[in-house]
Amino acid sequence: MHSPAPGFFDNPMVEATDIHFSFGQRPIYSGLNMVIPRGKITVILGPSGCGKSTFLSLVGGRLRPGSGGLLFDGAPIPPPGSNRLFEMRRKMGMLFQSSALLTDLSVFDNVAFPLREQTDLPEELIRIVVLLKLEMVGLRGARDLMPAELSGGMQRRVALARAIALDPDMVMYDEPFVGLDPISMGVIVKLIRELNDALGLTSIVVTHDVSEGRDIADYLYLLGDGKTIGHGSPEEMTDSDLPQVKQFMGGLPDGPVGFHYPAADYWADLSQPSP
Amino acid sequence: MKLIASLGAWAVAFVARLGQSFLFLLRALLGAARALPRFSLVVEQLYAIGVLTLLIIVVSGLFVGMVLGLQGYYQLVNFSAESSLGLVVALFLVRELGPVLAALLFAGRAGSALTAEIGLMKATDQLSAMEMMAVDPMARVIGPRFIAGLIAMPLLAALLSAVGVLGGYLIGHGQFGVDSGVYWSSMQNGVDLVDDVLNGVIKSLVFGFVITWVALFEGYAAPPTSEGVSRATTRTVVASSLAVLGGDYILTALMFGGL
Repeated sequence: MHSPAPGFFDNPMVEATDIHFSFGQRPIYSGLNMVIPRGKITVILGPSGCGKSTFLSLVGGRLRPGSGGLLFDGAPIPPPGSNRLFEMRRKMGMLFQSSALLTDLSVFDNVAFPLREQTDLPEELIRIVVLLKLEMVGLRGARDLMPAELSGGMQRRVALARAIALDPDMVMYDEPFVGLDPISMGVIVKLIRELNDALGLTSIVVTHDVSEGRDIADYLYLLGDGKTIGHGSPEEMTDSDLPQVKQFMGGLPDGPVGFHYPAADYWADLSQPSP
Repeated sequence: MKLIASLGAWAVAFVARLGQSFLFLLRALLGAARALPRFSLVVEQLYAIGVLTLLIIVVSGLFVGMVLGLQGYYQLVNFSAESSLGLVVALFLVRELGPVLAALLFAGRAGSALTAEIGLMKATDQLSAMEMMAVDPMARVIGPRFIAGLIAMPLLAALLSAVGVLGGYLIGHGQFGVDSGVYWSSMQNGVDLVDDVLNGVIKSLVFGFVITWVALFEGYAAPPTSEGVSRATTRTVVASSLAVLGGDYILTALMFGGL
């Protein structure tokens, strides 16, 4: 069992303390605590609907926690005033599950978009930066294609190039492996690791894909019941004796997380006359 | 009791939505002010909203003008007043049909396209992605479209009126032999620049404002599903058409007396 080295959690990039959050009447978090270590890849696992992506929305300041403390690089999220929020977002990149490429722009213009919007760089320099970023994800040759002409895996790589265009401190990945064939998935896994290490990024990867998540993670969190139900290094999580962690990491269909949606007694239900 | 409860719930939802739309309008106006210095974004939208609506405006204007020429001639000739055909056609078009018809066509063609575009951008996370790139969608997406809608609508209404007058001329002069000079001079003498033309321009400006507001709000507030976008698009056409027709009565009564 490999515990994180001493100092692993020093000066964390994101710190969530006792977060409570609801969508209307539906509670999502009831006391969530999480620390995202700087310079590492943290994978957040959990079943669908447990609030994994919501955490990224909270960190990105797109949602506001009901209560609790949330810090990014030591500063509260969301900061007061939209200008300071946008200032904070310039230090973050985000890869959406849908890739979220701007469909009326070419691959080149999509990657150039944040540079043109956020900097005063001349076009010659923007061209060089865009080609550098596209080369990193292996799509320099696809610069003139439109998003509709790309496969799902290629779209995600372009979105990744766009997410790192402004050299952020942290990149958030929302379900980066969903809907990809094994080769594309392998490419994305390799890219996340290489970019994180080469650019000195902090990465948060939200996924329900246990095997890819375990392969790529420096640290894992498992969410459920509105809070963290387990966390540790990939080895610690794999060897965990906690029933919920065991069930999720082993992909067991039934366990503490029930197979059945809560319902009335089966036989009583069957014997009811149809309405 | 249930009926009263549902009426109450409907009223609360209606007022809440109205409030949301006014808040959206405020943000859109601020976004438009920030988009003005980047006029190239507005020009792009002028093409999408205005230029691509030209065909339907020109064709509709031509046929409406031809029908006006036909109907006008049949009525006027009974009183030997066919020399006033140009005036009748022009007044109908400049005061009423030009702004109203152009607005209805604008709502159907450009308004629905705006709603669908914004709704799909939201459904595919494009607006969220912009926010995460520290780009305000209000200034980058909504603002330029708002300004373009305000500019395009009066121009399209003027074009519809101009083509309609030509359509009336084609029928009046070409089919019935109304003298060309009489057709144009009756128009020149009878159409007032302020009372008729300017009031028509004001109407089309107001309609452009309302339609663009409704279209952008419906798209922005649409649930991010295919059904949500489809319903929002329908609501845009229905709500903005009703607003144009109701607003036309109020504006006409204010401009020409009656209120």
